[in-house]
Amino acid sequence: MPRVVVHVMPKPEILDPQGKAVAAALPRLGFEGIASVRQGKRFELEVEGEVTEEVLASLREAASTLLSNPVIEDVVALEVEDPTGGAA
Amino acid sequence: MRIGVVTFPGTLDDRDALRAVRLGGGEAVELWHGEDDLHDVEAVVLPGGFSYGDYLRAGAISRFAPVMDKVIDAARGGMPVLGICNGFQVLCETHLLPGAMIKNAHRSFLCRDQPLRVENTSTAWTSDFSADQVIRIPLKNQDGQFVADERTLAQLEEEGRVVFRYVAGSTHGPEGFEVNPNGSRHDIAGITNERGNVVGLMPHPEHAVEPGFGPDEPGQGTRTGTDGLGLFTSVLRSMVA
Repeated sequence: MPRVVVHVMPKPEILDPQGKAVAAALPRLGFEGIASVRQGKRFELEVEGEVTEEVLASLREAASTLLSNPVIEDVVALEVEDPTGGAA
Repeated sequence: MRIGVVTFPGTLDDRDALRAVRLGGGEAVELWHGEDDLHDVEAVVLPGGFSYGDYLRAGAISRFAPVMDKVIDAARGGMPVLGICNGFQVLCETHLLPGAMIKNAHRSFLCRDQPLRVENTSTAWTSDFSADQVIRIPLKNQDGQFVADERTLAQLEEEGRVVFRYVAGSTHGPEGFEVNPNGSRHDIAGITNERGNVVGLMPHPEHAVEPGFGPDEPGQGTRTGTDGLGLFTSVLRSMVA
């Protein structure tokens, strides 16, 4: 089944408290040299049938309405993955 | 006056909200998220809690519940709608109110008695307060930081749509968060739409409606605070008007 992967990130101007918490924890575990962390979301959508332009358009709409809130988040990538495993 | 309170899966404060409606003098009507029917109510309260476990984003999935289509239509038609805490998050997700809520800037859950200044007394839910009255009601949340872009914030300020603002005098809190409990832009605790019928706020008026069960009121003893009742009496007046 073809898979569409959607990446959502907090907008650059929005403070990301979760990313900051991760950034603060890294040096405590000995991972040095990481200047900052921002945490986002990855959605994997399995699509029934072929991923046509029409399907993609509808998934883009889903990504910008339900999967992300445009007030605080950006859809930074929407990629179609080849059913055999690689990126198309 | 029939006032509905919506229960979503994961709602916590629906019982308190129903009780607050009754104590305010209204007839409390239970509404169910999966039902496409408002049962002839004349106002709706979206209570606090963690609807759908806050999955995806707080309020994001509740926004698509069958009852919400009716609530959104009714709100656009002028029906008074109050969103408390998670209910405020739902109202932002529906875009009935601008902005969004993100995690508290100090990243902790915070529960305390919180003073607020009532800056707009012409909404459906605040007419029983006097201008700039300071009220004290409980606050308890993790995703309470109100954010919006600069243009939206300027518009809210210019149009007097900031209804409640955080002010000093809370019981406790992390360092740097003595006044503003979560980093909300412009110390905003609650806002309204252009028409003034839809109001959302993070703190909980429904937990401050009955002596003996409310916040501590300085100089008057423990749990005496009933400042939240004003929202539930105001709406009755707005429906008569």
